[in-house]
Amino acid sequence: MEAKTQITPGSIKVDKSITIDMAPEVLYRFWRNPENIPFVIRNIKSVKKIDDTRSHWTARGPVGMKMEWDSKIINDTENGQIDWRSVEGSELPNSGSVFFRKAPGDRGTEVRVIFRYDPPGGTVGATVAKLFGDEPSQQIADGLRKFKQIMETGEIATIIGQPSGK
Amino acid sequence: MKAVCWYGKEDVRVETVPDPEIVNPHDAIIQITSTAICGSDLHLYDGYIPSMKKGDILGHEFMGEVVDTGKENTALQKGDRVVVPFPIACGQCFYCRRDLWSLCDNTNPNAWATDKVYGDAGAGIFGYSHLLGGYAGGQAEYARVPFGDVGPVKVPEGLSDEQVLFLSDIFPTGYMAADNCSIQPGDTIAVWGCGPVGQFAIKSAYLLGAERVIAIDRVPERLQMAEQFGKADIINYEEVDSVTEELKTRTGGRGPDACIDAVGLEAHGTGIGNLYDQAKQTVRLETDRPYVLREAIMACRKGGTLSIPGVYGGVIDKIPFGAAFAKGLTFKMGQTHVHRYLRPLLELIEKGEVDPSNIITHRLSLEDAPHAYKTFKEKEDDCIKVVMKP
Repeated sequence: MEAKTQITPGSIKVDKSITIDMAPEVLYRFWRNPENIPFVIRNIKSVKKIDDTRSHWTARGPVGMKMEWDSKIINDTENGQIDWRSVEGSELPNSGSVFFRKAPGDRGTEVRVIFRYDPPGGTVGATVAKLFGDEPSQQIADGLRKFKQIMETGEIATIIGQPSGK
Repeated sequence: MKAVCWYGKEDVRVETVPDPEIVNPHDAIIQITSTAICGSDLHLYDGYIPSMKKGDILGHEFMGEVVDTGKENTALQKGDRVVVPFPIACGQCFYCRRDLWSLCDNTNPNAWATDKVYGDAGAGIFGYSHLLGGYAGGQAEYARVPFGDVGPVKVPEGLSDEQVLFLSDIFPTGYMAADNCSIQPGDTIAVWGCGPVGQFAIKSAYLLGAERVIAIDRVPERLQMAEQFGKADIINYEEVDSVTEELKTRTGGRGPDACIDAVGLEAHGTGIGNLYDQAKQTVRLETDRPYVLREAIMACRKGGTLSIPGVYGGVIDKIPFGAAFAKGLTFKMGQTHVHRYLRPLLELIEKGEVDPSNIITHRLSLEDAPHAYKTFKEKEDDCIKVVMKP
């Protein structure tokens, strides 16, 4: 079951899955702490816990754009699913779910992330819609790969800082 | 350090760049003692592989001495002499655990981009474009080797660089090409392309039990090497009307049991099909010239196997897929799972059953790289394989 969200016409939805060679319990524990979310959804710059279910989120987009809101876990099935949603009155209503399911044949855990946000209308809306980049789907897919890399190997593949004749 | 850098089509230069440093915990830094130019480097040199950036350091066939290791890399010590496999593999993921190392899930930092072009991403590869990870290559004095505890194999005392260097790519690549043919006693294997990979494919096909290997090329010294180093029968495709017909004739009308395309995306041929591909590739309507692939499909016996170690990068035209279907062919291909073959092939070298150094025709200094690329591309001076010393 996905989190219930009011879908408005301008709503943007990302739905990405990855299989990670690790037990659902470990992955669930990572996601159950919302302060880890910026690791996967990179334009969310920080999440600070307020209490066990509520947290304060800060997102940054292009040209110094910054938005903040409070979010709340609205459904929590241990090792299976977590749903969260921004509290009423947020500038950028958004919601998300993460699902954990054992992959067939003992091949680890299928992790599926669904993230939606509803930019307001008009010019402001168009700017806000860019908060997560031109391709939010790609951004989250890349975040999921890095999450898998750190979980399976203990490091993130990178070429940053390597020599070049440029 | 000095490094061979790519700047564009037919433009490689030896530049001074910063030394590499340890970045990740499983890394190793290797001081390179020998490094080779691969036939697949010519696809970069000729500008057929997308996502190269100016200044990229080339080279994926290299070996040397360990000079530094990351804090989690306990497999290697300073001073170890190692050969480095060209694909970078984590050793932990679904693919690595199933011996499919070149399909590693976790080593391509640009997987998001490759995913768009190919539907998913395989392992990162040294010095072979940003779609394949963008890693700095090994035609340099030093290289950073990610997952240095997984890939590099230590070289036993008494073996020279030249004997073991090709474990990095072309020996395993030729071997896997033959392995992919599922060779049965009595089999005839046809190999298109008598460059280094073709030479090792021929040798390996015999090692794996082939009755006969038929090698196809047009360059006299390469055909001669196939005869002498590989003990193959040969066909100079410029001297026959039809390679397909010639192969049928030599195999009692059946066709070879398996066909190996050790040429890939820059095939040369004869006739109208060749002109068609040359024209389309020139204006980039087609990225790859699949001339050999077409010939192999038509020549292969019913129920046979096409093994493709030659690199393809993009889109190809006019593949007789109906013929492949009608004849029930099996296609096997992909980047080499070097890690799978390293130790068994090292053993063959140690026992003296294969001496890979026999294919080296040119020994140069790293400084000579621009000249070496040109000589290799033009097949000048009977050039088959170049090894450079930093």
